[in-house]
Amino acid sequence: MAYDKFTILRSTAVPMPIENVDTDQIIPARFLKATERKGFGDNLFRDWRYNADDTPKADFVLNNPTYSVEGSPRKILVGGKNFGSGSSREHAAWAIYDYGFRCVVSSFFADIFKNNCLNIGILPVTVSPEFAEEIFAAINADPNTELEVDLPAQTITLLATGKSEHFAINGYKKHNLTNGYDDIDYLLSMKHEIEQFAETRPF
Amino acid sequence: MSTPKTLFDKVWDAHVIRHIEDGPDVLFIDRHFIHEVTSPVAFLGLEGRGASVLFNQRTFATADHNTPTLNQHLPVADPLSANQLAALERNANKHGISYWGLGHHKNGIVHVVGPENGITLPGMTIVCGDSHTSTHGAFGAIAFGIGTSEVEMVLATQCIMQPKPKKMRISVNGILGKGVLPKDVALYIISQISASGATGYFVEYAGEVFRSMSMEGRMTVCNMSIEMGARGGMIAPDQTALNYLKGRDLAPKGDAWDKLVPYWESLKTDDEAEFDVDLSFDAANIEPQITYGTNPGLGTGVTQQIPLAEAVKDGAASYKKSLQYMGFAENESMIGKPIDFVFLGSCTNGRIEDFRAFASIVKGRKKADNVTAWLVPGSHIVEAQIKEEGILDILTEAGFALRQPGCSACLAMNEDKIPAGKYAVSTSNRNFEGRQGPGARTLLASPLVAAAAAVTGVVTDPRKFL
Repeated sequence: MAYDKFTILRSTAVPMPIENVDTDQIIPARFLKATERKGFGDNLFRDWRYNADDTPKADFVLNNPTYSVEGSPRKILVGGKNFGSGSSREHAAWAIYDYGFRCVVSSFFADIFKNNCLNIGILPVTVSPEFAEEIFAAINADPNTELEVDLPAQTITLLATGKSEHFAINGYKKHNLTNGYDDIDYLLSMKHEIEQFAETRPF
Repeated sequence: MSTPKTLFDKVWDAHVIRHIEDGPDVLFIDRHFIHEVTSPVAFLGLEGRGASVLFNQRTFATADHNTPTLNQHLPVADPLSANQLAALERNANKHGISYWGLGHHKNGIVHVVGPENGITLPGMTIVCGDSHTSTHGAFGAIAFGIGTSEVEMVLATQCIMQPKPKKMRISVNGILGKGVLPKDVALYIISQISASGATGYFVEYAGEVFRSMSMEGRMTVCNMSIEMGARGGMIAPDQTALNYLKGRDLAPKGDAWDKLVPYWESLKTDDEAEFDVDLSFDAANIEPQITYGTNPGLGTGVTQQIPLAEAVKDGAASYKKSLQYMGFAENESMIGKPIDFVFLGSCTNGRIEDFRAFASIVKGRKKADNVTAWLVPGSHIVEAQIKEEGILDILTEAGFALRQPGCSACLAMNEDKIPAGKYAVSTSNRNFEGRQGPGARTLLASPLVAAAAAVTGVVTDPRKFL
């Protein structure tokens, strides 16, 4: 899938300081029955967000008016350690994207989730546990504090304090994200090499 | 002399078509499994870009996640599930992909039918849009779960792009105690290193315990690798693995088989090879396990108490949220906790050995009145074995019924949902909030612990029945 280019993102953020947020919470299995990639945002964090009768749960962060500033959607989700664990369902990343997030920040991501994000144009930013705490504290002190994520420079900055941290991303993925390219285009360009390699496989 | 290599290095390096500087490796994929949930959007994407399936003979399709476990001969009632199943069939037929849909005699859970039909072989790279693809590592394959964009990638190019993970070895030496099954070994390791303890790593399981384990047991352990965060787990192929595969329907035969044996025998970690992390556990410390929390790392020996918050690696807030969801408290004993449901099945424990273990305890006993038991074979082939071996008679005599194959209550995408607030002792792989249905409370355990709970109605140490 071709996706939007990602360069510099400045936005307020939604804090979710919970450890081991698994993809079953991000999008429960019963919402995986679609055969098209659309509408998943409505069910993002469904069971944490809504009661069984579909009324919103007041204590869940996405239902907190403090974190939904009219006309200024929050594009950054800041999660706890081991964010995105569990199922490989890419639907979790689709739901996050469909809701409006373009960047997820955590001190530790589950592998497949991180790959899935990169493959659909969401930037996962891994920060140190200390910086994650600083971000949560800053948002707690001022919910409208902004973060700036600069992919070309590989930095994430808390604008309120100017505190900044470098984050890692491999050069190939960075190139793809900043240009909106995807892996399949790259692989299709080496089709002949792949076909030759396949001939050498013993099974 | 060449650099010593691990088993993982040997298989990985043999599949790298191109290494991208400061980027991922382009890895060739030998076998690709697809099912109805994570493939429809991939086929849409493929068609959207005007691409075709590059090697349709390397992809195998089976219906499993959504399928009912009763009355499979009838049309699927849920229109959304029916729609996904129809999409899988349509896409498989259109692209010439082998398809085992509902009603097919080889149908079953993707990670059960791959090995039992000899599609999975040592030294392969295997992917599927399902995190429990790690199961196939039991045969010395590099097998891992991928997202839907990558399913599209493999359909179009037979490759994926991955940075090479770091390497971890987990050795378990000694002899397992009475009533301790491979599932207990897996749950024990995860409880020791946490649900994220192997994130970023590919695990090789080594030591006496795995060497003497059956293939069913090895599959259970490798299946659970993802639950410690690992991309996958693998075990060096040996005579046990080759004996399991030889003669299976789609395994190589005759000369083709003989030619592969020397290669397969070379697939082991060299003595001097190094791992980024090397862990070791003593089999004597492992008792039958049970989970009490909402991730697979929150488990303990069945006779133990629920730990205090300060003793676990998860943050105190997350831990308390977890216990609150489960309706448990710190320091409580797990023995004697009342339960409502028992689920025997899934790609973790839906194989013949799991049914044999379950039957060994329920034989001559009766299902507890307060328990609803869903016994779901992993495939039609397993179902047939259950009948042939007389296990069905034992189950029926004890008041249990057998359902039809599929993923079922492992992830509750079909009708098999544990009701809100109810407790299920489950042989599946995940105890996440709502995993087995909204509000469901899952206690992960082995088939023996599940059987002991099924006949007593409470969490019970299965060793007292052995």
